[in-house]
Amino acid sequence: MDYSQFLYMRDEISLIAVIVILFFADLFLCADRKEGQPSKILTVIPSLALFLQTIYVMVGISPDLQAEAFGGMYQTNGMMSVVKAILNIGTIIVFLMANGWMARSENTLKRGEFYLLTLCTLLGMYFMVSAGHFLMFFIGLELASIPMTALIAFTKNHQESAEAAAKYILTALFSSGLLLYGISLLYGTCGTLYFNDIAPLLSDCNWMQTTALVLFISGIGFKISLVPFHLWTADTYQGAPTTVTGYLSVISKGAAAFVLFVILAKVFAPLMEAWNTIMMWLIVLSITIANIFAVRQNNIKRFMAFSAISQAGYLVLGVMSCTAQGMTALVYYLFVYLVANLGVFLIINVTEQNSEKVLISDYNGFYETNPKLSFIMTLCLFSLAGIPPFAGFFSKFFIFMAAFKAGFPILVFIALVNTVISLYYYLLIVKAMYINKSKSPIATFQSDKCSLAGIALCALGVVLAGILSQVYEYINAFSYGL
Amino acid sequence: MNFLSLFVLIPLLMLAGLWLAKGQKGVRAVMVAGSSMLLALSIALTVQFIADRTGGQTAEMLYTANFVWFEPLNIHYSVGVDGISVAMLLLSGVIVFTGTFVSWDMCKEYFLWFTLLSMGVFGFFISVDMFMMFMFYEIALIPMYLLIGVWGSGKKEYSAMKLTLMLMGASAFLMLGIFGIFYGAGGNTMNIIDIANHTGGAQAISLSQQCIWFPLTFVGFGVLGAMFPFHTWSPDGHASAPTAVSMLHAGVLMKLGGYGCFRIAIYLLPEAANELSWIFLILTGTGVVYGALSACVQTDLKYLNAYSSVSHCGMVLFAILMLTTTASTGAILQMLSHGLMTALFFAVIGMIYHRAHTRDIRELNGLMRIIPFLSVSFAIAGLANLGLPGLSGFVAEMTIFVGSFQNADTFHRVLTIMATTSIVVAAVYILRMIGKILYGENTNAEHAKLHDAHWEERLAVIVLIFCIAGIGLAPSWLSHLIEGSVTPVIENVKTVGHLISQSNPFQ
Repeated sequence: MDYSQFLYMRDEISLIAVIVILFFADLFLCADRKEGQPSKILTVIPSLALFLQTIYVMVGISPDLQAEAFGGMYQTNGMMSVVKAILNIGTIIVFLMANGWMARSENTLKRGEFYLLTLCTLLGMYFMVSAGHFLMFFIGLELASIPMTALIAFTKNHQESAEAAAKYILTALFSSGLLLYGISLLYGTCGTLYFNDIAPLLSDCNWMQTTALVLFISGIGFKISLVPFHLWTADTYQGAPTTVTGYLSVISKGAAAFVLFVILAKVFAPLMEAWNTIMMWLIVLSITIANIFAVRQNNIKRFMAFSAISQAGYLVLGVMSCTAQGMTALVYYLFVYLVANLGVFLIINVTEQNSEKVLISDYNGFYETNPKLSFIMTLCLFSLAGIPPFAGFFSKFFIFMAAFKAGFPILVFIALVNTVISLYYYLLIVKAMYINKSKSPIATFQSDKCSLAGIALCALGVVLAGILSQVYEYINAFSYGL
Repeated sequence: MNFLSLFVLIPLLMLAGLWLAKGQKGVRAVMVAGSSMLLALSIALTVQFIADRTGGQTAEMLYTANFVWFEPLNIHYSVGVDGISVAMLLLSGVIVFTGTFVSWDMCKEYFLWFTLLSMGVFGFFISVDMFMMFMFYEIALIPMYLLIGVWGSGKKEYSAMKLTLMLMGASAFLMLGIFGIFYGAGGNTMNIIDIANHTGGAQAISLSQQCIWFPLTFVGFGVLGAMFPFHTWSPDGHASAPTAVSMLHAGVLMKLGGYGCFRIAIYLLPEAANELSWIFLILTGTGVVYGALSACVQTDLKYLNAYSSVSHCGMVLFAILMLTTTASTGAILQMLSHGLMTALFFAVIGMIYHRAHTRDIRELNGLMRIIPFLSVSFAIAGLANLGLPGLSGFVAEMTIFVGSFQNADTFHRVLTIMATTSIVVAAVYILRMIGKILYGENTNAEHAKLHDAHWEERLAVIVLIFCIAGIGLAPSWLSHLIEGSVTPVIENVKTVGHLISQSNPFQ
């Protein structure tokens, strides 16, 4: 056996090393826990490691990196590394967000677990992204889902949190079942599960293969929470601890959307006509239905859940026809969405930590008491709504452009009309903060330093990621399509 | 770096300055310094532009600069101006300058959004790249929501939301139209000049494609230009907005609509413009008369002026669609003139409202004796609105109707005659209003104690009156400036057959 193959898996191996180190650090180095103080070592180790890894990826990869290991089980290329780096950045921001929450006394004993579980899901997503075989892909998916359930149930004494976890695990298992059935149909008709070998064996008129495609899309649709597979989203987002909701809304969604692109382009390319039709309807449904539901929400986390569903619809617009431009637009959209959405969640989180308030009506008069936070929240919401000069405008423009070029002008038009609806509900929050008056607004508070650092990072990303064209061009250098 | 970029850079610096400024005085200092610089810059640009044109520079756009921005998508940062954009920049400079003085007592946040709006407006007029143009267009729209929603009056939340959603809905059409033009022309360039002249890798767009994208872009911009029946955001928005925002909105922002229709819809899609202009002519012609008639029955001063704006802005789009050089020159002149006189009108209405706390025509009487300065300015604004010779409105409307009548066929002539009736109706509502609120005996004891304008208000009003009278008395330099730049657009339309439409049943 050629052991140098392991070198292609640097990202995964370094992450496994961090997980092991963290495990021992949690066991031995943090014995004398004090209440009310975050254990610095537990935050610093994973954040620093992820940060170094991101830098390493950014500096080290070249566009023509293309490698396979273990007979095609594992594959990697430049774009996959970029996506992993983006997931890393998101996870770092989530860790910054978690710091204040972890310092609370009820979490004294559970700190280590949070970081371990989060990193395990991240590892699962790494494997999912880099899979070259359906089995590998499935293992990655499960590794990403099961620890996630534990994270959702992290505040296990809260009834809502446990309920959310139950809903999540049940739907996740159901979707895994669908996915497995699809995979088994594929295996039955092709006799192989290697991505490289399946494509030539597929044909348009084989109903089993078409069913496999449908089941595959449904299975992964659960992860991306596309309508009609979104039913778990609102309850889970609302019940989960806010930090975990933030993680769930961008990282796992983003990884799944990218994998959808890769597998459709690589494995199901001969069935393009079929999956273009399916995806088109899924996108139209996701964007429209989620928008309509979002308008009526009053709990801000539930509101963000519907907003996330509709954003997922925009995100997978990049999948249409799997063009190289679409891939760039998708990854770029993912990055911009990650920054803006985590920015909103950071502010929701600090507000919740300091005032225990999560209703949109609680944010009435927020600008009077916390002008800086509400200003940054406005920037992030504007970015989500696609208002220039913030990054969201650019990412929306580019993803629409890609879908238009792929030949779906009507789909783009429907999505565009929906941006107006989404603008309406994002403006409702802005209105609550700036215009509505309240007798008892959320009191002025001082956020913890880590959250502030996270908010600053997100604000910076929202302002600069669009105007600086280098971000887009950097991603574009790695993109490929059908 | 090109000096046109200063129009975007100065507002950016103003934003930074406002962010750091302390207290009312600091904010005022930044705003006055910044807006004076913008005004000076736009005047300097006009002078320089005229000098260069007479000096023999015939390029379509002057002072162009082009930097690659998003290389894989062929999006460039590219700026340049022709006579039309110079005129619009001058207008924006004047309105932003006077708007600053009119909103003298406002707070820092207000000016932040105000400056962002100005940046969008200036950026829009210097853009030559469709992406840039669209971006600045949206930058100019969104501050409106907060400006009206937070600092407005009346049913401000409703109006702000309605305005924002209608305009953003329009920009959805527009974005699709831009994609269509971009990919229809081969997807190699977003540069307007290149697409129009089929240079720089752009190819001709087929007629069938043009007929899809023309309505989308025209409606997209037309909504902002208050095109009937999509004008409904405008009366509510104007009535609820704070004074300076009404000024900026009616004075400059609505001009983005007319300018965009001309620069993108007509210029880039000439065949479709010939083919489909009749539909929009009927709509805008209706809007002109409808706006004027609606103005007659208003009791709120701001609503009255807003409907009069619908009528006048409708005239801009109406004239553009006539597709003759004279009419289009008139359209640009009308944009300029309407921008100035509506700004003056809104400014004075705002000042009266600030003092009397009512805008109801029925409750105001005999103001001439109490606040003579404001009353005289109000009368001048009214007279400019109804097109009195010697003021800017006359010049613009005259040019428009002469130009429209140049089209020899019955369809266009009948529409022109119908549209001219709006001038008569304008006289009715303006004169009646002036007579009612300025003259007669004051019956309200509270109003007898009103004080006349402060120095900063006087400054703003005088600058605006000076410009209106200036255009009215010496219009020729301006129409020369504009005509030279209108010609290539109209030539572009004429080369594909002038006003020959297969689909027009009235022709």
